[in-house]
Amino acid sequence: MEAITFWVLAVGLIAAAWSVVLQRNPVASALSLVAGFILLGGLFLTLGSSFLMMVQIIVYAGAVMVLFLFIIMLLNLPEEERRPVPWARLGVALVAAAGFGWCLAKALADTPNGGEILAWAGAANVDAGHIGGLLFSKYTLPFEVTGVLLLVATVGVVILGKKELK
Amino acid sequence: MTDTFTQITLNHYLALSGILFIIGAAGVLLRRNLIVLYMGLELMLNAANLALVAFNRFATVPNLDGHIMVFFIITVAAAEVAVGLALLVALFRLKQTTNTGDLASLKF
Repeated sequence: MEAITFWVLAVGLIAAAWSVVLQRNPVASALSLVAGFILLGGLFLTLGSSFLMMVQIIVYAGAVMVLFLFIIMLLNLPEEERRPVPWARLGVALVAAAGFGWCLAKALADTPNGGEILAWAGAANVDAGHIGGLLFSKYTLPFEVTGVLLLVATVGVVILGKKELK
Repeated sequence: MTDTFTQITLNHYLALSGILFIIGAAGVLLRRNLIVLYMGLELMLNAANLALVAFNRFATVPNLDGHIMVFFIITVAAAEVAVGLALLVALFRLKQTTNTGDLASLKF
């Protein structure tokens, strides 16, 4: 059962990611990305993290993608026109991708215990309680710093969004 | 051979994460539209998130550091998207385009 869930989500995720890259209409790309984020949330659930699934869907599929769609609509972008396929550059890109893929396969082959089924000693389902307990004990300082970061980002966005920069 | 399909291990998640990362990188390298370029970046960040959660799930010691890391990455990515898109809007006001090919004023 777990295997079927994994394969369905994995194939869907790869298809959605390809669709993001290949669609010429930015709105279609954005909607594919929403589908991809939701499928990734499902994968987080198969990894036993219901908290991260909810955060993924609320923050990524919700807030971030609404922002993307909002900007696409605001700028009223046209569809990208077709351009001739740059064969030479495509060849170089394929060589680079093959090299990266080879490094990746090598790293996978060298991962300790990568191919074995391991029983995890922790909780079967990581929920908000576990994460919250850690955030307010071991990770208090990074948590507070994140708050400052969000404030700085908000102020920065408001200033960037002004009509005239002074 | 049937084990590869019926037993999901750490390697499956890592391979999926790698494929997702490559697709995201391809999007950043191949596309000319700045907004779609950002989407490629998001895909790459999510690939890293998947790898972190998978490592955490298959670790032999019970800890949740991977989940905390992913939580912070998601927060920072949300801030990054807000700032990036604000820059994009400012750029669009100046140049009326989001095509990287048209943004060549620093090129000799």
